[in-house]
Amino acid sequence: MTSRTRNLSLFMALVALVLFPLFGSSFYVGLVTRIFIVAIFALSLDLLIGYTGLVSFGHAAFFGIGGYALAIAFQDAAVIHIWQALPLSLAAAGLAALVVGWISIRTSGVYFIMITLAMAQMFFYYFFESSRFGGDDGIFLFFKPVLMIGSEDILKLDHENNFYYFALACLVSGYLFLVMILRAPFGKVITAIKANEHRVRALGYSTNGYKLVSFVIAGTLAGLAGFLEGAHTGYVNPSYMSWHESGVCIAIVILGGMGTLYGPIVGAFIIVLLQNFLPELTGHWQLLLGGIVIAVVLFLPRGATSLFPRIIAFFRSKQKIDPKGPTDG
Amino acid sequence: MELSFYLVQLLNAIQYGFLLFLVASGLTLLFGIMGIINLAHGSFYMLGSYLAYWLTGVTGSLWLGILLGLPIALAVGYLVERFAISFLFKLDHLYQVLLTFALILVFNELQQILWGTDVHSVPIPAILSGSFQLTENQSYPVYRLFISAACIALAGAMYWVIQKTRLGMTIRAGASNREMVQALGINVNRLFAFVFSMGVGLAAFAGMLAAPIDSVYPGMGDNVLIISFVVVVIGGTGSIKGAFVGAMLIGLVSTFGKVLLPEMASVVVYALMAIILLWRPQGLFGKVA
Amino acid sequence: MSENNKGISRRDFVIKGTVATAGLAAASVFVPATFAIGAQAKVKVGILLPYTGTYAKLGTNIRNAMMLRFSEAGNKLGGRAIEFVDIDSEAKPAKAQQLTEKLIKKEHVDFLVGPVHSVVGMAMVKMARGDGPITVIPNAGANQLTGVLCAPNVFRTSFSSYQMGFPGGSAMLEDGHKRVVLMYWNYGFGKQVAAAFKKSFLPGGGTIVEEIPTPFPKVDFQAYLTKLAALKPDAVYTFYAGGGAVKYVKDFAAAGLKKSIKLYGAGFLTEGLGAAQGNAAEGVRTILHYADSLDNPANIHFRSAFKAATGVQADVYAVQGYDAGELILRGMNAVQGDTGARAEMIRAMETSVIDSPRGKLSFSASHNPIHDIYLREVIKGENRVIRVAAKEQDDPATGCTMT
Repeated sequence: MTSRTRNLSLFMALVALVLFPLFGSSFYVGLVTRIFIVAIFALSLDLLIGYTGLVSFGHAAFFGIGGYALAIAFQDAAVIHIWQALPLSLAAAGLAALVVGWISIRTSGVYFIMITLAMAQMFFYYFFESSRFGGDDGIFLFFKPVLMIGSEDILKLDHENNFYYFALACLVSGYLFLVMILRAPFGKVITAIKANEHRVRALGYSTNGYKLVSFVIAGTLAGLAGFLEGAHTGYVNPSYMSWHESGVCIAIVILGGMGTLYGPIVGAFIIVLLQNFLPELTGHWQLLLGGIVIAVVLFLPRGATSLFPRIIAFFRSKQKIDPKGPTDG
Repeated sequence: MELSFYLVQLLNAIQYGFLLFLVASGLTLLFGIMGIINLAHGSFYMLGSYLAYWLTGVTGSLWLGILLGLPIALAVGYLVERFAISFLFKLDHLYQVLLTFALILVFNELQQILWGTDVHSVPIPAILSGSFQLTENQSYPVYRLFISAACIALAGAMYWVIQKTRLGMTIRAGASNREMVQALGINVNRLFAFVFSMGVGLAAFAGMLAAPIDSVYPGMGDNVLIISFVVVVIGGTGSIKGAFVGAMLIGLVSTFGKVLLPEMASVVVYALMAIILLWRPQGLFGKVA
Repeated sequence: MSENNKGISRRDFVIKGTVATAGLAAASVFVPATFAIGAQAKVKVGILLPYTGTYAKLGTNIRNAMMLRFSEAGNKLGGRAIEFVDIDSEAKPAKAQQLTEKLIKKEHVDFLVGPVHSVVGMAMVKMARGDGPITVIPNAGANQLTGVLCAPNVFRTSFSSYQMGFPGGSAMLEDGHKRVVLMYWNYGFGKQVAAAFKKSFLPGGGTIVEEIPTPFPKVDFQAYLTKLAALKPDAVYTFYAGGGAVKYVKDFAAAGLKKSIKLYGAGFLTEGLGAAQGNAAEGVRTILHYADSLDNPANIHFRSAFKAATGVQADVYAVQGYDAGELILRGMNAVQGDTGARAEMIRAMETSVIDSPRGKLSFSASHNPIHDIYLREVIKGENRVIRVAAKEQDDPATGCTMT
């Protein structure tokens, strides 16, 4: 797929998403908002597994910390100012990612997978067992964040459509931010690390430093998703950080197509919609979901979006052949 | 607390360590020999427990249940390897994580379809149902000692097979250089299918042996999965010796953590893992990658 | 072996429901006066219960028992046929909000029944309270659900965690146990049970030797049991359920502690687990608002009907589901199916006095059940009632503004 067709289809998709709340019912607006949030989360993980070559199996920890930072700081507040809450969530998630990353990037391969899992479990159990932050009951938020200048409300998120556009804006910003850093020299280095770390190191780059920065960026972005989820549902609890969530996030990235930035977004649509509609088909829907994921790994390891170029190529070839008809007749 | 209290806790710790080793040994085998990261390991443990429950109910004897159940578990392992895992050798670990994660979903549902959602248990065989007095009011079941003995025997047998037999030699060679062994005329595919089903068999065997002292319930595999990963990683992947030491270490830390730091009982285990990996990123007995 | 031969499948009910409606339309019997849209519009009952994972059996029994109650009433609520929207909650707090939203905003259900898990319940009630559908909680026990989160449209037919602890303290004192250790799963519900236990036990002159919270949902009790043995209390009061309860009771017996320490607990410790616990459970005493062997006509009828319909033995969860069905029936019958008459329906529901299989069931101002709590002992594999531990046990509904 050329970058022009890609950008064109992305733009058309964006227009469709912008128009969607005008037609969709409040339930579907909420559902797509959730998909945006999951997509941001998956995008952040894609930076690690798809571009830097770091398979993190504990990414849900940063998602959870983003949500918890919001909930802990503002559980008793009557007004939650976005300009206070959002930076706080991002900083908390980024800081946690710095600590976890500093410990984990010294390992590689299977060890990296396992140590990120273990660190995430540590956060999970801390929030689950310590009664300090609500334990397994979690924390409720009774208000949605607002953006105010002086005493004037600019943006109130308690309206579902407002939240929708806010989440969409976050997704688009996150996407563009990743496009930007991947085009920058930094992006070239991390993709080179994924391809061949030894060679990059031989060229004199401190690969661990680059990996750590990538890890912190990804963690911060996951914190943004966690912030949105906490604000959207008005509720955070330790299960945000469970290893199941980390596993599902990996599934989303791969299902959509890792190493592309639109893949995780497509993956988020697929998984959230499947989770939403499969249970209506059968009580044993997890069997189906599991089956679908297995099928993708075995037959479509580059994800659903790897089908797009093939589909386009298929139609192109048809167009070329059909009008001409059989030439040798 | 008196000294005897700590001695009993030490016994508990070692016992728990043996159980952990039993579960983790299969995992480390797959890690080390095949380079496979198998998240469905807990599901195979669950499969073992349910097979033990089902077949013990049918035959009236745990021994017969294990005897009939093991071939079933091995067959399941073989099929999973042939139809799924064998496609993954050339791919990144990432795909193994995802595929085996999906297998967890599948196995959990299959368990419910086959055996329903009740909580079950398996009676301890009459011959091992006794217990002996530890302190003035606490006694210790003989069956727990039997499990420890079984673990020691199994650890010895695994060590012997892998280090001393021709089969073990082939397996080790296949792990370090797949193509070379293939070129020597050994069917590596068949060999790996065999190893994978052995790994599954070990997990299931652990589930079977533990069934009489555990309870058998849906989702039970999730509880053992993560902790066995911790054991394997602390010990160093692929090292049977490492898994043994790792299991004992976790047994000790987790048991005394529960007693001395009850608030942080679950956190200490993961903290230990983080500390050990900071010090030795490849685990205690792992080879430097 | 398979699930199919024991549960009533969802499809069965839908089909039966549809047949009943067709029959109704043909005969054109009742057309309620207050109901304007026409007899064809069905009442939508949304169900959010776990059918997978650890709590799957609870969810299934609750649903089947509620459906049994409806089918006994001709599958009609106040003259209207019923449409079920049945969703697997998976007992996952992370998904609770999303699934509740689906039932409320997409399906527009008239009634919301669920869940089993307390934390799922908090997310659910937070969304439903106020303008949402009439909500009936058939299990989740967190005090807050009829405490700070209480609302006119939220009812509970099960219990609050307070009711699982408070009567335990006085019952143990009455049995002569003064030095007691508390052991429980260290999460919201377990902590609330322990706190309520102390509220009756300490003022009555008892001493808590030590509290031993254990990590939830883990089942390695050995280290804690050794600690318990070393503390040498008269007795221990516990909260464990499901797989953890089976393991705890068996480990407790295997450690030889039954001889010197009397084991008590909230009813889930032995409820419906007789086959799995076997001899180990003999002599264990628990408190609960139900016992299989209760000798009242409603219970005898319910147990045989449930067994006939589903093929499995009823348990306390089934009773709670059955009463949830009854409560919804009462409400709908009082307004002849007119869901618009909300205040009148709520009035009828909160004043209901139900002749439940558990005995008399009424509701507090916060819509929490008021019922007798029985002290039971496992004798020959059966939970037998020793005595009524607390007559008409109420709940303090701390933080509720409706009282």
